[in-house]
Amino acid sequence: MEGNVAEMGQFIGAGLAAIGSGAAAIGVGNVAGNFLAGALRNPSAAGAQTATLFIGIAFAEALGIFAFLVSLLLMFAV
Amino acid sequence: MENDATDDVTAGEVPDTEAAVDAVGVTAEADHGGGLSFHPMDQFIVKPLFGDAGDPVYWYTITNATFWMLLTVACVALLLIVATRGRAIVPSRGQSVAELAYGFVHKMVEDVSGKDALVFFPYIFTLFLFILFSNFLALIPTSFSPTSHIAVTAVMAVAVFVTVTVVGFVKNGTAFLSLFWVSSAPLALRPILAVIEVISYFVRPVSHSVRLAGSIMAGHAVLKVFAGFAALVLAAPLAIFGVVAIYGLEVLVAAIQAYVFTILTCVYLKDALHPHH
Repeated sequence: MEGNVAEMGQFIGAGLAAIGSGAAAIGVGNVAGNFLAGALRNPSAAGAQTATLFIGIAFAEALGIFAFLVSLLLMFAV
Repeated sequence: MENDATDDVTAGEVPDTEAAVDAVGVTAEADHGGGLSFHPMDQFIVKPLFGDAGDPVYWYTITNATFWMLLTVACVALLLIVATRGRAIVPSRGQSVAELAYGFVHKMVEDVSGKDALVFFPYIFTLFLFILFSNFLALIPTSFSPTSHIAVTAVMAVAVFVTVTVVGFVKNGTAFLSLFWVSSAPLALRPILAVIEVISYFVRPVSHSVRLAGSIMAGHAVLKVFAGFAALVLAAPLAIFGVVAIYGLEVLVAAIQAYVFTILTCVYLKDALHPHH
């Protein structure tokens, strides 16, 4: 049971930061689910909105990426 | 005397660094080299194609990253130059793929960024095809994926960021700064929103590049993790199903990430050309 406490904290922090990726998954699912709900109500208008869907998904995903980045920084750069 | 001493030091240093590089190369190979016990991140190591560590050849040959990027460019050129050479009224298979890709990106630029953004269509089309082909070529087993490296995607994202900023200031002058001044919000909120908008503007190249590199890298690492299960007899069926399922997902991700990178470029370009909210 020897080891570096700072390293342990680093790994625990990286794992905690990875929770953010799961939160981003909820966000992306929310965007896609609401799009589908709207698209099934009015299928004729759905085709024109696919670009908006992907932009929305990309913005929701960006915050998950920051969590991933923090996790990577803790693992490899700190 | 002093000159001699420095000469000695420099002469002594060169073999040392080479030996150190040698040792690193050897341990990287020895730690998780052959057999089924490999590290999932080993596939992302950039290494020269020819020569052993320490040889002079080793330092001057192209790396696997260069090779796969060149192959990507060659495939794009093959599609756009050779396949469309016939210019038939009824297109061949290759020609119709090239025409579909062209029409798809052309329509995207026009719809998202407006007609005046079509000046930038060649740039955006180049980005799209490079990312798409490099993602698809990376799906060949034992290949190397250039877009999984932050160095490659960061160059593309920073190039887009610089282009968009320069275009914004050239087209609109200082009126481009109204991008950060949300005129539809209540006056009291606007300074706070301006700070948030400025931060989100400068974070763009980070999220733009890490999104592509992260999803490609994570997908390929997961593939290798599932492939590693094949070493255990009990987990071998899981390895087969896992690899097949994740591979199917990765084909989808390869196309979607190329699309997302391109459409975000279009959105940023729209902000530069029409900064008024």
